Amino acid sequence: MHGLAFDMAHMLAGSLVVVSFLELYQDRLLALINVYAVHALVLTLSVAWQAFVQDAPHLYVTALIALAFKAVAIPIGLRRIVVRLGIHREIDNVVGVGLAMLAGIGLVALSMVVMLRVTAEADPLAREDLAFALSVVLLGLLMMVTRRNAVSQVIGFMSLENGLVLAATGAKGMPLVVEISVAFSVLIAFIVIGIFLFRIRERFDTVDVQALDRFRGERQ
Amino acid sequence: MVIDSLIAVAALLLLAPAGIALARSPLGRPAIYGASLALSLGLTAIGIVSLLGTHDSAATLPLGLPWLGARVRIDALSAFFLIVVNAGAAATSLFAFGYGRHEEAPARVLPFYPAYLAGMNLVLLSADAFSFLVSWEFMSLASWALVIAHHHVRENLRAGYVYLLMAAFGTLALMFAFGLLAGTDGHYAFADMRAAPPSAAFAAVVLVLALIGAGSKAGLVPLHAWLPLAHPAAPSHVSALMSGVMTKVAIYGFIRIVFDLAGPPAWWWSMPVITAGAVTAAMGVLYALMQRDLKRVLAYSTIENIGIVFVALGLALAFKANAMPFAAALAMTAALLHVLNHSLFKSLLFCGAGAVLSATGERDLEKLGGLIHRMPQTAFVFLVGCVAISALPPLNGFVSEWLTFQAILVSPQLASWGLNLMIPAAGALLALSAALAAACFVRVYGTVFLGRPRSEAARHAHEVERVSVVAMGLLAAACLLLGILPGYAIDALTPVTQLVAGGRMPVQAAEAWLSIVPIAESRSSYNGLLVFVFMAASGMIAAFTIHRLASNRIRRSAIWDCGFPDASPLTQYSADGFAQPIRRVFGTVVFGARERGEMPPPGSTEPARFSATVRDPIWDALYAPLAGLVAATTQTLNILQFLTIRRYLSLVFAALVLLLLVLAAWP
Amino acid sequence: MALIHDLVFQGAQMLLVLALAPLLTGFVRKVKARLLRRRGPPLIQPYRDLARLLRKDVVLADNASWLFRVVPYLVFAAVWIAASLVPTFRTGLLFSWTADLIALIALLGSARFFLALAGMDAGTGFGGIGASREVMIASLAEPAMMMIVFAIALIAGSTQLSTMAAFMNSPEVGLRVSLGLGLIALVIVAIAENARIPVDNPATHLELTMVHEAMVLEYSGRHLALIELGAFLKLLLYVSLIACLFAPWGLAPATGGAEHIAIGVVAYAAKLAACGFLLALFETAIAKMRVFRVPQFLGAALMLALLATLLRFVSRSF
Repeated sequence: MHGLAFDMAHMLAGSLVVVSFLELYQDRLLALINVYAVHALVLTLSVAWQAFVQDAPHLYVTALIALAFKAVAIPIGLRRIVVRLGIHREIDNVVGVGLAMLAGIGLVALSMVVMLRVTAEADPLAREDLAFALSVVLLGLLMMVTRRNAVSQVIGFMSLENGLVLAATGAKGMPLVVEISVAFSVLIAFIVIGIFLFRIRERFDTVDVQALDRFRGERQ
Repeated sequence: MVIDSLIAVAALLLLAPAGIALARSPLGRPAIYGASLALSLGLTAIGIVSLLGTHDSAATLPLGLPWLGARVRIDALSAFFLIVVNAGAAATSLFAFGYGRHEEAPARVLPFYPAYLAGMNLVLLSADAFSFLVSWEFMSLASWALVIAHHHVRENLRAGYVYLLMAAFGTLALMFAFGLLAGTDGHYAFADMRAAPPSAAFAAVVLVLALIGAGSKAGLVPLHAWLPLAHPAAPSHVSALMSGVMTKVAIYGFIRIVFDLAGPPAWWWSMPVITAGAVTAAMGVLYALMQRDLKRVLAYSTIENIGIVFVALGLALAFKANAMPFAAALAMTAALLHVLNHSLFKSLLFCGAGAVLSATGERDLEKLGGLIHRMPQTAFVFLVGCVAISALPPLNGFVSEWLTFQAILVSPQLASWGLNLMIPAAGALLALSAALAAACFVRVYGTVFLGRPRSEAARHAHEVERVSVVAMGLLAAACLLLGILPGYAIDALTPVTQLVAGGRMPVQAAEAWLSIVPIAESRSSYNGLLVFVFMAASGMIAAFTIHRLASNRIRRSAIWDCGFPDASPLTQYSADGFAQPIRRVFGTVVFGARERGEMPPPGSTEPARFSATVRDPIWDALYAPLAGLVAATTQTLNILQFLTIRRYLSLVFAALVLLLLVLAAWP
Repeated sequence: MALIHDLVFQGAQMLLVLALAPLLTGFVRKVKARLLRRRGPPLIQPYRDLARLLRKDVVLADNASWLFRVVPYLVFAAVWIAASLVPTFRTGLLFSWTADLIALIALLGSARFFLALAGMDAGTGFGGIGASREVMIASLAEPAMMMIVFAIALIAGSTQLSTMAAFMNSPEVGLRVSLGLGLIALVIVAIAENARIPVDNPATHLELTMVHEAMVLEYSGRHLALIELGAFLKLLLYVSLIACLFAPWGLAPATGGAEHIAIGVVAYAAKLAACGFLLALFETAIAKMRVFRVPQFLGAALMLALLATLLRFVSRSF
């Protein structure tokens, strides 16, 4: 029916959604970081496949950046932060795993409905990949919303960004400079967040966002 | 045909005063139940002849509204439901021959039983709105009288009160529905309603009202609250009728209004029906797993099965709205077959519960156990009922479940986004409720019949009367027959699906080896007979081979139990304990189930206490606030009782002035 | 003539699954032992265990009923019939039209129903524990399995296993996301249904860790032999199911000649060995979950399967 190109792209985009669900399922921080590394790896493969199919060599560079930064450097860095802070044994879900996954299914259904309706006249490969990308973005947001720990929220933000990259590479022709700037901004955000995590931990002995809420200035 | 059925119904009505007269004498029970049995069998025969003969018969009686008369008619749909209702009634009448001996207030049961049967049959025969509603109310009142038969038990009175309230509410909804269908000219006859279908907006309101009215009688969540109170309160053979048969009359009402009288369905009609059905199925079985009372478990399980029927009906509605007649026929056949199957095995299970109640005097699951040794025949037929309701091959519950799943697999062809998202979710809930139903009935059978007796009453139980066992055995045999030869039943249903859904399934009797093939052989097929034969053959071959070639010796000894020298039957699993994992997994979210253990301080000799609390979310969210609202309003309005004469006069004066103003301003 | 041909193959399939089932379990145990640097029992040890059990007397508890004695035969019959209907080396089984995949799952469900009843019949705490945990696991595993069946049936256009296997082996099926999701969910369900680590430990008799073993604690002699054989057949069934749906290469078509059959048999043996090895590897690498983590595990399988079905409903190309 469809060629190998279509199926392979679909399979990789779908795997990204599955890995996002796997992230929702985790409740230990170190395991979450490992799954995020897998997430970035699948993104790399997907971007590399798009580079092969669209015959766009600059996307190979994007894939390489994704591999080097997001699949290797950032997980290693986060791992060190987590072990330094001593929070690698915490469990930090706000809602139970079952409810989070059920909400995830609802979000995927929502993004399917929205994307496939809005882009009714576009190329089928691009449409469905966009639907998957929107799902990944929404699942990343869900993760940020249902986690207490700041590190997990950072990982949710990263997966959200991976979804955006998937969407961008799915559509033909994204210039490299955008990717570099995006990557750098992520890196800088990461460094800043890391520094703040250390400072917060030093001052208040915790990075639990709910506990931190008590110390906001305007609260009575 | 229809005149014969009217004669039978009139005979049933005449049995009611005969019941009053004969209640005290020893002749009363055999006479009333025997006559009910004979008349029910006659009505079943009439139903079968009408269904297979596929011709309608109608008549008009000079009763009721003067310009309308009372129209009665038997068409394919009412013929099928006549069979369902009267087969169940015949089986319970036979059961009551023996069970009725234990009835301590026969004067409260014997007169109303034939009246109840008459009411149900009249609903099925009615062909105009007036006689339909009158018979519906008559059926509710007769069953209410039976619910409060044992009035010295306080819960029964409360159950009767809630039942009456919900029945009145349902009839109100149906009255509005029929009013909208009749239009401003008052065409109350069904034939006139069929000829002049309402506009799209009115038809939508009719759908909602029918869902509320018929659904509350059938037990759809959240209108189900009366069912688990009323069904256990009645005597067991009446519970069998209420669960197995009266809920089907409610489904008949729904099908008649929505599929027949309301005109062509819109594309969105199936969505509320499927949602209501799926939620009902899941909630029903979850409630059933939390109960300790045997009859309550069965009542909640009825709610689950009604949910399954409504999902299939919703699918049929969706296919009909999308002009897919074959698929609509498939879904409708699944629904109707489940109606028949459920009436059979639910009646069987309630009769079994009645047998257990009369043998031990206990309904509490925590006080039974080990009855398979004391009541072997009841245990066997109850096992058949449990296997059938858990939808396991080769019995009949599996066939209707399988057909429903096949209908779900056809539904991606529906072109609606909402349905494409809703149907997989409904399918998942259906599969979940099927698995939980099996868990529920392992719990029921394991706690009641297996293991060791947990109380003196269970230890001294005895088998019930032969005739009751025969009645249950006939129901069990019917379950098996429908499971291994479902093709004949599916073929018999084609006039009904032709009438209601506008299509028919392929002829099943022509299939090789009596399989059923819903769409095409390469797509899916099922052969209950061969599955049964293979299972029996392999089991017997294995038994024979092993007994001949290996060993066939048996030694009896004390139970192993990992070497614990166990004495007390209280160490075995209780019903609550069995449900605990499921309560923790599902009940924490749905029922707010909490477990609390209170440990005494170290050194104290007090016992530790464990308590598990479960809250009914629908009662807390819907019924309790409503009841509170009504109470508060009536409390406020109570001041009208204590006004002075001047105040009353001014009220009358104000009302009069208001009406005159309205008259003046009327265009 | 063709009928006799097909009948012979169906009979051969029935005997083949019966003969191979203990060998698969023996292979898994051997690989696990080797991975733990033990020598392990010989590959044919399960056959010896069964022969030993068949020869022994049955010791029945005083309060065991007729149901307790009949259940092993029922369980064996149901699982054997189910296993004979899953294509192993050849599609086009003669009796595959009697029971499709949904009926197969229901047959396994009835085997589980009766086994749970037998656990309750014993009237001890252990039987109750096993039965109640088993039905909790089943209440999530069965819906997950049903949704997997829906997803694959919507791709293959049929619920009959022979048709599904033939479709999966044809070039019309592409790489579908739903199939990937279905595979993951099916592996999780297979682990749960066969009482393997991380859901249940088949090698233990500790109360804390057993589900299946607790239900059959009171069985002995030929009854226990039949139940063990049923468990072996169930593992073989699930492995064959995964193989014929997701790795159908080498499956002989219904009209194939002798060389197709030979390739089919060799391919089937290879698939069994590969799956057995992967199962042993997985069981050794992961620890058993505590009981109330299992519903989350199975809930994830249910969600993945639901997602797979949802995607099929939404678009044809998923």
